[in-house]
Amino acid sequence: MSPDGAPADVRLSPTQAVWLVAERELRTRLRSKAFRITTVALVVLVVAFAVVMSLIGSLGSTSKVGLTEATAGLQQQVVATAKAQGRDVVAVVVSSEAAGRKQVSNGKLDALVVGTSGARLQVVVDKSLDDSLRATLTAVAGRAALNSAISRLGGDPEQVAAQVARADVSVSALQPETTYSPQRLAVGSVAGILIYLALIATGQLVAMGVVEEKSSRVVELLLATIRPWQLMAGKVLGIGLIGLIQVAVVGIAGMLAGQLAGSLSLSVSASVGIVVWLIVWFVLGFTLYSLVFAGLGALVSRQEDVGGVVAPATMLLVVGYVVGISVLPSSPANTAVAVMSLLPAFSPTLMPMRLAMGAVPVWQIAVSLVLALAAIPLLVALAGRTYRNGVVRTGARVSLRDAVRP
Amino acid sequence: MTAARGLEFERIHKRYGELVALDDLSFDIGAGEVFGFVGSNGAGKTTTMRIALGVLSADSGQVRWDGEPITFETRRRIGYMPEERGLYPKMRVGEQLVYLARLHGLSKAAAAERTRAWAERLGVASRLDDDVLKLSLGNQQRVQLASALVHDPQVLVLDEPFSGLDPVAVEVMSSVLREKADTGVPVLFSSHQLDLVQRICDRVGIVQDGRMVACGTVDELRGAGPEQVVVDVPGADPSWAYAVPGVEVVGNDGSAVVLKLEPGLDDQTVLHAALAIGPVREFARRRPPLTELFKDVVSAPADEPREGQEAATAGGVR
Repeated sequence: MSPDGAPADVRLSPTQAVWLVAERELRTRLRSKAFRITTVALVVLVVAFAVVMSLIGSLGSTSKVGLTEATAGLQQQVVATAKAQGRDVVAVVVSSEAAGRKQVSNGKLDALVVGTSGARLQVVVDKSLDDSLRATLTAVAGRAALNSAISRLGGDPEQVAAQVARADVSVSALQPETTYSPQRLAVGSVAGILIYLALIATGQLVAMGVVEEKSSRVVELLLATIRPWQLMAGKVLGIGLIGLIQVAVVGIAGMLAGQLAGSLSLSVSASVGIVVWLIVWFVLGFTLYSLVFAGLGALVSRQEDVGGVVAPATMLLVVGYVVGISVLPSSPANTAVAVMSLLPAFSPTLMPMRLAMGAVPVWQIAVSLVLALAAIPLLVALAGRTYRNGVVRTGARVSLRDAVRP
Repeated sequence: MTAARGLEFERIHKRYGELVALDDLSFDIGAGEVFGFVGSNGAGKTTTMRIALGVLSADSGQVRWDGEPITFETRRRIGYMPEERGLYPKMRVGEQLVYLARLHGLSKAAAAERTRAWAERLGVASRLDDDVLKLSLGNQQRVQLASALVHDPQVLVLDEPFSGLDPVAVEVMSSVLREKADTGVPVLFSSHQLDLVQRICDRVGIVQDGRMVACGTVDELRGAGPEQVVVDVPGADPSWAYAVPGVEVVGNDGSAVVLKLEPGLDDQTVLHAALAIGPVREFARRRPPLTELFKDVVSAPADEPREGQEAATAGGVR
């Protein structure tokens, strides 16, 4: 069979060219072991996190208090007081004080109320009484003291209690207070870790992909057929889709695991909102950073040099992430972080964390989005130029100043 | 000169900062012609080819195909083989070839069909599902050639296509080049293997310091320059030739001497001088091999003029 045939149709639109490049990235990378392993590892990680959180939650929240025959009358009061204070306390009556002490020492009971003397409750604990339980029991003791005093004065404790219960403070706040549930803080932290890892990983992939083409000289063949920007755009698009698949899979797996394991009591709409924001910010952050990574990657010719040349971009990602993860969980309304989260260099890492934690003013969301979107054309121009100038120069590292020259 | 379907380089200039890489380089390759591009390392061959492919842009000058300046679209009709391997190491041979064919504008089906056909022709069909990385260098080179041919190019530009090939592959490669040329494709390739260039090229260009210093058919080049004769006078002291006016001794091979004649000197004068010494066994015009020409041309601008032994290679003396 002769290899020669009719002359080929050589038309190829820019879109087709970009898509061909992207398709190759998708195909070769989806098949790579590295991709499968990291995706599975990340899914395992977030699922494990969700399960551990739910275990910690169930261990910490309920305390168990034992009552002897002498104090059995307090059973209802203990439970009711704890509930009023927002705690889960189970009160059980033990068969004997001795049996109760045994249960305390082997950890089945957190505390055993053995008797009252005046306004004092006598409580037996293993080592120490934890603060929240102490508060509950102190309130119970105080109530008992009050009741007996009212009775002594000829009043009706029930009536007084009912009146006290009606007493309330009427609050009119000038500024609505923002409350952050610990759950959302945790979800925000996980979102931060996830987007940080995804951006770092995909950014590195882009830079390494650029250098792979440079070091193998395949770029020369490619640039004989398509324009530099088409190659760069295709590569960024392909790797971006890979990253998006990864983030979506991991984000959804984490949310599902959290819901199923019961560690999350977020509404479905809030969960979906968090995942959607995560994806939006991944897309924006990836576009911003991958352009920078592609431009920087084009400056060097060897894989060993990739780490060094992309270090400035990596640093920006790390700074955003570290600031977010170290400041936000304890102080989600921090002003400095709020300002940083508006800037395109940090918004991809900080905004999704803040959004997951909740209570971000709409104007701040809008400003961060506008700034990020505005930065994209600027980076396209800069990175495109750097890429075009750097990509065919093999050998020594091309200086950034040389590369950004038109 | 407008060669139909030919490739023309006209007055190409290119500098890298202070370094002049190409200085007013002009030559053309006719349709159906195999053109050998020869020169020392750094002479400008790769730069010229890269400019034709648009990987580099010239400072001035023009590359034309079929009479028209090469545009981005017509560039896709060129089959190109870069000097170093230009393949993804971790991608399957078959997918790679299909991918490159499609980048040149072929449909998926056509790309797959061409890939198979060329892989068979070049003897790598059994390796289509292997990563390029796993192939021997020789086979990688065959794949490389397949990648230059897979889109049925109408121009071939190959940088060092023969380096690293075993003799069998060299034969396959040269027959493929000839075949493509026979379909009317201009074929430009560079090589350091001058014997090979001499054997398979219709025309040769020798480039030195960015300038075309010699260009023509192999016969033209070998026939140019001072006339040379080989004279064999067995038993005579080869030094007899020094006595003949207007003759320079270029080298000797046993009792035979290679002589360079001054322009206008009648070779019969030399023959008479030789006969005066003794019986002449051999007296022949000598056409220096390309290797020797190349050395002469390339060393011409050098400071010390070359003489004697070095320039004579036994291979050319008969």
